[in-house]
Amino acid sequence: MERAFYPLVYFLIFPGFLFTSIIGLLASWVDRKVTARVQWRVGPPWYQPFVDILKLMGKETIVPAGHKASFFLLAPLLGLIGVTLVSTILWVLNLNPGSSFVGDLVVILYLFTLPSLAVIIGGAASKNPLGALGASREMKLVLGYELPFLIAIFTVVVKIGSILFQDILGFQQINGIMLRHPSGIIAFVVAIICTQAKLTMVPFDIPEAEQEILSGPFVEYSGAPLAVYKLTRAMMLFTLPVFLITVFWGGLQFSGWDLLWTVLKYVALLVIIILIKNTNPRLRIDQAMRFLWGPVTVLAILGMVLAVVGL
Amino acid sequence: MALKNWALKKSPWIFHLCTGSCNNCDIELLECLTPRYDVERFGILLVGSVRHADALIVTGALTRQCVPRLKELYDQMPKPGLVIALGQCACSCSIFKGSYNIVGPIDKIVPVDVYIPGCPPKPEAMISGIVKALGKL
Repeated sequence: MERAFYPLVYFLIFPGFLFTSIIGLLASWVDRKVTARVQWRVGPPWYQPFVDILKLMGKETIVPAGHKASFFLLAPLLGLIGVTLVSTILWVLNLNPGSSFVGDLVVILYLFTLPSLAVIIGGAASKNPLGALGASREMKLVLGYELPFLIAIFTVVVKIGSILFQDILGFQQINGIMLRHPSGIIAFVVAIICTQAKLTMVPFDIPEAEQEILSGPFVEYSGAPLAVYKLTRAMMLFTLPVFLITVFWGGLQFSGWDLLWTVLKYVALLVIIILIKNTNPRLRIDQAMRFLWGPVTVLAILGMVLAVVGL
Repeated sequence: MALKNWALKKSPWIFHLCTGSCNNCDIELLECLTPRYDVERFGILLVGSVRHADALIVTGALTRQCVPRLKELYDQMPKPGLVIALGQCACSCSIFKGSYNIVGPIDKIVPVDVYIPGCPPKPEAMISGIVKALGKL
């Protein structure tokens, strides 16, 4: 009984759905507030993202005539489940490194693509030219950022010589964080750029460019499914920096002053991402692909070479 | 139900439709989003798709071409939703009244919740109008 009960609590309440969504929505408030301050505005109150989700939940859900309702309505849930699973696995591993299992890193990397996949399915199922255009752009963007992102993460694996999370955390406790090694720094920079693309934030917000294709894949969504997409986005804003901190920056610690340090690390990473978002123009999809497969991939390979050499 | 209404009042997202206006009201509407007025403080956002919107803001004297489009956009908006007529033309056709290509005012075609007159209305007037519209919920 207990053995069946605990995973459910993990998944639904503490490191999983409830916790991640609350922190994620707060993070998306930080995003809006910092954006507003950069633009010399005041910005919304802290509860604004919660109110937005609540309001969308109360609105009418429209499935436009002639659409594939099952795909249209289930796609957002796919993304939500993916990001919740990632967050649960990541936090359980951080709280208790002993629960590491073979291939946990690979599982997390696969689950991280589910939200993008959900956007692609939803956009394609919405039967709207703008939605289809957004879905195709998202597909190209996924092809673009996955390659350097995987190389960057596997730089760490090569450096440490193990694919277990337990060993990644243990190595960083003994030999210092990955950011003290040249290969680690290069991989971290590449990973931040790819995070920007994974979150579809401004230099890479090509799939949902509001001014040209009217929020792309989400154009036909209204009410609860749209709220689920917004929630997934907010949870990604929490989970991805936590993943980067775990892999590159010594993981999350929870005892005494280390807790404050952990929170500071997360907020610093979040603000870096938001500032990149606010100081860059949007790229075209071909420019983004050239950038991600060109300089970024070359940089990632350089980091990998350094890791192989042993730096 | 009370919670739902409270949430709707705290985060009204607006969609902006021009039915043949001279663009003056449209530019003035965008001024609400600038640092001087910053309506995002109250949770008001300008959205690109009418499916996300809670309030349809209509400007212009409603030309013959725009009638089917206005009807369709009103039907596409998820309910509960508000319609706000912005500017003198949208309220009463203004100087275009009786013109051969004008069907307007807006309330001939869709039910209007709040009229904001002016040519163009000041941003303060628009914010006050939106607040009045939310009071009707």
